[in-house]
Amino acid sequence: MTALRARAPHAGLALLIAVFAMFFVLPFAGLLERGIGGSGTWDAITSDTALDALVLSLWTSAVALLIAVVAGTPVAYWLTHARFPGKGAVEALIDLPIVLPPTIAGVALLTAFGRKGLLGAPLDDWFGLTLGFSTVAVIMAQLFVGAPFFVRAARAGFAGVDAQYERVAHTLGASRLRAFARIVLPLSWPSLAAGAALCWARALGELGATLIFAGNLQGETQTMPLAILSAFERADGLTAAVALAILLLAVALVALAAFWLLSTRGRGTV
Amino acid sequence: MSLRVVAAGALAVATLGLGACGDGEERTDTITVFAAASLTEAFGELAAAFEAEHPGVTVRLSFAGSATLRTQVLEGAPADVFASASPDEVATLDAAGLVVEERALATNTLLVATGAYGIDAFEDLALPGLRLVLAAEEVPAGRYARESLALAGSDFAERVLANVRSNETNVRATLAKVELGEADAAIVYASDLQAADESVRAIAIPERFQVAAEYRIALLSESDGARAFVAFATSPEGMATLARHGFTAVGATP
Repeated sequence: MTALRARAPHAGLALLIAVFAMFFVLPFAGLLERGIGGSGTWDAITSDTALDALVLSLWTSAVALLIAVVAGTPVAYWLTHARFPGKGAVEALIDLPIVLPPTIAGVALLTAFGRKGLLGAPLDDWFGLTLGFSTVAVIMAQLFVGAPFFVRAARAGFAGVDAQYERVAHTLGASRLRAFARIVLPLSWPSLAAGAALCWARALGELGATLIFAGNLQGETQTMPLAILSAFERADGLTAAVALAILLLAVALVALAAFWLLSTRGRGTV
Repeated sequence: MSLRVVAAGALAVATLGLGACGDGEERTDTITVFAAASLTEAFGELAAAFEAEHPGVTVRLSFAGSATLRTQVLEGAPADVFASASPDEVATLDAAGLVVEERALATNTLLVATGAYGIDAFEDLALPGLRLVLAAEEVPAGRYARESLALAGSDFAERVLANVRSNETNVRATLAKVELGEADAAIVYASDLQAADESVRAIAIPERFQVAAEYRIALLSESDGARAFVAFATSPEGMATLARHGFTAVGATP
């Protein structure tokens, strides 16, 4: 066993690892090289377009995450414990947006909530309420693609909690809610934090569904990914797109670090 | 600089590891044509006719906003031919030394597309609360639309632009928002309406506010196939195809 651990990886494996690693490292290196060398980078990062998009991205994705957690936690808990016919189908339906290309999500959202959509048409006819081209539509798109990641992780977390603990808490007189808050939540905390991080990251990166369902208007629906796409079309080519990409990358790294801290800190207090 | 060296090294390693695929000696029987989104149907038909006339030659088509295509070519996308909805994008590529030769292809006029929740006249674009969608300013269709509005007066243009609910990345996405009923109106090319569904109505833009969109086709590689395709697109047959799709054919005039 010790011999196995000490042995260097096989040359072929080492090469494979090196090539595979380069494949992921090079794109980031490319971004940084262009961004740091580029003359317009700082101007692009501090432009109104970039700041509007960043602010919009941060608060819409935070709202989407909040809704996913508040609504997704009870759903995940219920799904973990409930037994009913067709449960597999319900679970598959919740997982569906995970495997769905975002462009399909955008078209699907339009057919439901667009002005000619299943619910969108009556909303428009009766209340004059339209969702397209609004910040609400941005959040809906983010929630649609992001929430399944949270629900999935939460289900896995809840399923990993030994039902015995909860039963013991009940026999000792704890209410269901108290048992959930004091036993289940702390024990499944790492899964919940990881699910929240995935959900938020997915919401932050949402492009296809937003472009189709919400449109592209600075300050209202133009999130960072859309701003990057729009920057790509400008005559200065990649400069602005690269700058915005670096900005979003930095913000995402900080946020992921925060999620990581949250998951370890939370576990420590049990 | 050093990053480039590392990248080149990694690429060399990767090539060695994977074995040499492709020897570069191969004759290209495939030509890649990048064309403005508004040319989607016309160039689809052109490519099919060209392939029928040149057995063994395959035309690969990539449609997007002219601005997106320009950036892709600048970043090294392997296009042999670029058909742009505006001379500006071609000029940028020319300045970068990427254009072998270029010529006029066609012109196109603008109109207002409106749907079920529509309006009746060009002036109605300024009605408060109208849900208007334009192509983004960076895209030729968006640029022409804003030029046209400016011709109608800066006050009018300002009121119309206040109604813009989305800046789309190409003219077809702009039209799609009207087809979907999400937008009340959009400014698109006359040729786009040929491809639109029946729910979309056209409202003419008064002659004095018209801006003629100028399409140009550029040869980006020396390949015979690409040269033949450009010649075909600007031949009488190509012009007839473009005219059928609502363009004003310009022909071989350079």
